[in-house]
Amino acid sequence: MDLHGGNGQTDAMSTISTTSTPTSSPIAHVSYLVLGDDPHLVANECVGCGARFFDRRNACAGCFGTEFRQVAIETTGEVRSFTIVTFAAPGVPVPFVAAVVDCGGTSVRANLVNVEPSPDHVRLGMKVRLVLTSLGTDTQGVEAVSFAFEPNS
Amino acid sequence: MASSSDIWILGINMTKFGKHTDKDIVDLGAQAAMAAVADAGVTMKDIGILAAGNLMGRGAIAQSLQKQIGQTGIPAYNVSNACATGATALRVAIMAIKAGETDMGMAVGVEKLAGAGLLGASPAKSSDGTWQREGRYGAVAGIDGRIGTDNMPGTFAQVGMEYGHKYGGVDFELFAKISEKNHAHSTLNPLAAYTKAMSLEQIMNEPMIAYPNTRAMCSANCDGAAAAVVVSGEKLRTLSLEQQRRAVKVSASILTSDPYQEACQVLPDVNTLTKIAAKQAYEQAGIGPEDLSLVELHDCFATAELVHYDNLGLCEEGGAVDFFNSGAPWRHGRMPVNVSGGLQSKGHPIAATGIANIWEVCQHLRSEAGPRQIEGAKVGLAHVIGLASACGIHILEKSAA
Repeated sequence: MDLHGGNGQTDAMSTISTTSTPTSSPIAHVSYLVLGDDPHLVANECVGCGARFFDRRNACAGCFGTEFRQVAIETTGEVRSFTIVTFAAPGVPVPFVAAVVDCGGTSVRANLVNVEPSPDHVRLGMKVRLVLTSLGTDTQGVEAVSFAFEPNS
Repeated sequence: MASSSDIWILGINMTKFGKHTDKDIVDLGAQAAMAAVADAGVTMKDIGILAAGNLMGRGAIAQSLQKQIGQTGIPAYNVSNACATGATALRVAIMAIKAGETDMGMAVGVEKLAGAGLLGASPAKSSDGTWQREGRYGAVAGIDGRIGTDNMPGTFAQVGMEYGHKYGGVDFELFAKISEKNHAHSTLNPLAAYTKAMSLEQIMNEPMIAYPNTRAMCSANCDGAAAAVVVSGEKLRTLSLEQQRRAVKVSASILTSDPYQEACQVLPDVNTLTKIAAKQAYEQAGIGPEDLSLVELHDCFATAELVHYDNLGLCEEGGAVDFFNSGAPWRHGRMPVNVSGGLQSKGHPIAATGIANIWEVCQHLRSEAGPRQIEGAKVGLAHVIGLASACGIHILEKSAA
């Protein structure tokens, strides 16, 4: 993953493409999404205090430690906050539900999908699970895959 | 009486907020600066440091202002700290005086935002060609709208909803009622961008921007400027009795940034740094929230105002909903909040906001607030938040002279 902690990391592309051939394998929307048979998010975890970061840090923002290890984030969680965006920048489809999901103590920012984008259907505290979404294919036929969360009932 | 180590606001001004089509940024900032030195009873010759901010412009606003109103060779600082830019500029001037480098300084904040669209949103990236990783998350396509939201109404909507998840009792109507209060207050403020009262029904039926914030519950993009002249207590004692009488004491001047919190990389944490700033400010001023006559807090969205009741200690922890429902923050309530109309109706010309809220408090402490005067106002607090993140808090006290 392209998540440089103090202990050095491997390249994101190689991590994702290990299970299939490079030409047909989909590409993850962001470096912290791992595709394959068991899709999940990964974070750089501070070895000293356990703080987790989805991007690279030179030192931990919490304890200034410089040793990180890569950890998998739980794929189920609970909606801690949300909004339903109905007015966005040009090219961003609306409405969509943006949320903060508590995945076993790690906060994750994501969209909620497969739920009516209305306050009658989206609830604070609702249980959700990770799901993959397609961003389409590029001129080489490579599909980009993103993630979101859906109700887990 | 002015003690030599005190800092005082000697003069302050806020322009009308709204559309200033006939003025550019320099014209508008110069208008506020000229009015502030006039209000202070001094000239640019007396000013020993200038700190100025303009977030969306081309930079070097301080020097541009000097060329417009008086070049005297003093140190000029260009300040940028998001929505806390104005308060940060004021802090810079205050720190220069406290450091003994000068005895008088000026801070200016100016912005032209009328007609600006949604702030914080990033346009969707075109994905022609092949996927390429970019940025700190190695994204092959835009993140805004696909992995949560970058836009400000949505970000602050989540700030309010998160409070609701933690403590309960929030819904769309509650947030709309907060907006109803501020729009009602704005009817008494001729300098506000919008001065019309709006019914709860009107507010809830406005176009939804990011649930639960409708358009009326979002801060208004507009043009505006504000400027303040600050002076040392020692210098103030040499000035006229009238200047001493109108001077407003800066009992606390605090700026904080956000300390690490678990979720702060996912959703800006506007709470912790405000709580820390408030604690420091009350300690520095030697007062408590119960001593405040009025508060101007950073209601960039209705959902933000709620959490700051709690963050500023205006209620007990978790008690913001009850605090609002008690009627306390209405202008005739126990703890008037945003009697200016707040950012939702007064407007939010970003770099001006952190001085404009201090101007509002000063108007009341000097008994010059006209029809919206909070009677007997003695102490006031002005608060701003800039993402991600800076918090400025100033506590101001009426002159005893």
